[in-house]
Amino acid sequence: MTGARLLARQMRYEFLAFRRNPAAAFFTFFFPLIFLVVFNLIFGNDTISIPGGDTNTSTFYIPAIAAFSVINACYTGLAMSISFARDQGQLKRVAGTPLPKGAYLGAKVLFMTIIGIVLVAVVTAFGWVFYSVDVPTGTLPAFLLTLAVGAAAFAMLGLAMTAFIPNAEAAPAVVNAVILPLLFISDVFIPLRDNAPVWLGLVGDVFPVKHLSLALQAAFNPFEDGSGLRLGHLAVMAAWGAGGAVVALLRFRWEPKR
Amino acid sequence: MSPGNDLAIQTQSLRKAYGAVEAVRGVDLAIGHGEVYALLGPNGAGKTTTVEILEGHRERDGGEVSVLGHDPARREPALLRRIGIVLQTPGVEPYLNVAEAIEQYRGFYPHPRPLDEIIEIVGLTEQRGQRIRKLSGGQQRRLDVAIALAGDPELLFLDEPTTGFDPAARRQAWDMVRNLRSSGATVLLTTHYMDEAEHLADRVGVIVDGAMVAEGTPEDLMASSPAAVVSFRLPPDHSHLLDGVEGARASGDGRYEVRTESPTALLHDLTGRALEAGSELAELRVERATLEDVYLDLTSEASS
Repeated sequence: MTGARLLARQMRYEFLAFRRNPAAAFFTFFFPLIFLVVFNLIFGNDTISIPGGDTNTSTFYIPAIAAFSVINACYTGLAMSISFARDQGQLKRVAGTPLPKGAYLGAKVLFMTIIGIVLVAVVTAFGWVFYSVDVPTGTLPAFLLTLAVGAAAFAMLGLAMTAFIPNAEAAPAVVNAVILPLLFISDVFIPLRDNAPVWLGLVGDVFPVKHLSLALQAAFNPFEDGSGLRLGHLAVMAAWGAGGAVVALLRFRWEPKR
Repeated sequence: MSPGNDLAIQTQSLRKAYGAVEAVRGVDLAIGHGEVYALLGPNGAGKTTTVEILEGHRERDGGEVSVLGHDPARREPALLRRIGIVLQTPGVEPYLNVAEAIEQYRGFYPHPRPLDEIIEIVGLTEQRGQRIRKLSGGQQRRLDVAIALAGDPELLFLDEPTTGFDPAARRQAWDMVRNLRSSGATVLLTTHYMDEAEHLADRVGVIVDGAMVAEGTPEDLMASSPAAVVSFRLPPDHSHLLDGVEGARASGDGRYEVRTESPTALLHDLTGRALEAGSELAELRVERATLEDVYLDLTSEASS
């Protein structure tokens, strides 16, 4: 069997296992919706000004929730599921078979990427139906491309992160300790105000979270005249993704720590 | 070393250290095709390290290794397609069912063994559609073997296949290994159960502190030891009769056992003492040492 067919076959089993754990599957999809509903309950759905004109706040929330969804699936979810599989000995078992390692990990990465993108589609559709979200059509290709680049970059970072997770019990703490502070300083849910220290903004500029968030905002802006593509942001994400891939190649462990 | 075409597994002076601890200190193995070979030894003796080097999971520090003519450290797909590995603690996706998990692994191999055949060999026919997370410990272990059989391997590694099993589950596992043997596969198993090695293995290698201390068929190992066990019962107040008898120990309930390498002299001594004291060595028996006795001798000599 060719590598591509083995990868597709592995993805079928990933999907099967995901489907068999309905509680996990349900809450994976429910999570971003909670954000949209809770934001609307707390802040309302008033008219706000965004670059180019006025829209409702839900249209402003969607790209932030999209960024969070992609990070949650591709970075957090992937790093955790691999840590658990490694602690259970699944990875070591697979490493003793002729299955190419790229097919095994590639299936996990692609599956989580698809989950991330489906989450964004679900939350966008939900917002469109219930909160009058203004879904831009002209910038849709840019929005999808940004999602794909972000998903790939954060998946590579998730893979790299597993090298620094000592065991499955530590996985949630390690993974969240890195990503939660970044989400707060990266204009995802809370815009940094002028009174925040300058260095905090600069730290946010260095890491990829803000770049995903800003690129998605630009591509989800209904007043955007151009393609909505922000190549600078995509380049930063791609660089982080490449760095993550290198670390993963050098440091990835197939066995639990002894 | 010539590529061991006539041997399934060959090692010379195999070495591996973890930091300052030498886990494997110059192990030589020569295991033929179709042979069931048991590596026997106490916990921490180096069994698993040896097997994991042969599987390709660990890199050796020194020595020569050939597994089906390959160097396992290179992890070549050509070798991985021909072997099956049962690790001590392998995991499997808990939400798949038994047939799905085996089927998933069958897809990794060019000539997989038929699914129904595998399920029958390991005795999971009734659990075929059951979710893996709902299997008992013994059933999960059989699934581990089933997955290792997916590629119809010529060589199967079984690392402590029955540790933690109840006696019935062990018997079933033994039957399973016998089935495998009759299908012509070479099996290398590790165990710290003597009876397991005795029942299953064509040959046994006893490994202590990273070195092989004895090797041969179970019969050879027993024959190599002159050891015998003399047992009898004494009245409660007659135990002083054994003062100065080397190797004597109470085995409870007024029974005593004396292990000896010269049973004739020991019997002469004991019967003399009993006659002198006017007491009887009730239920007197002289028995050949079991493999377990030989094993205990070997492991205590080697580590003392």
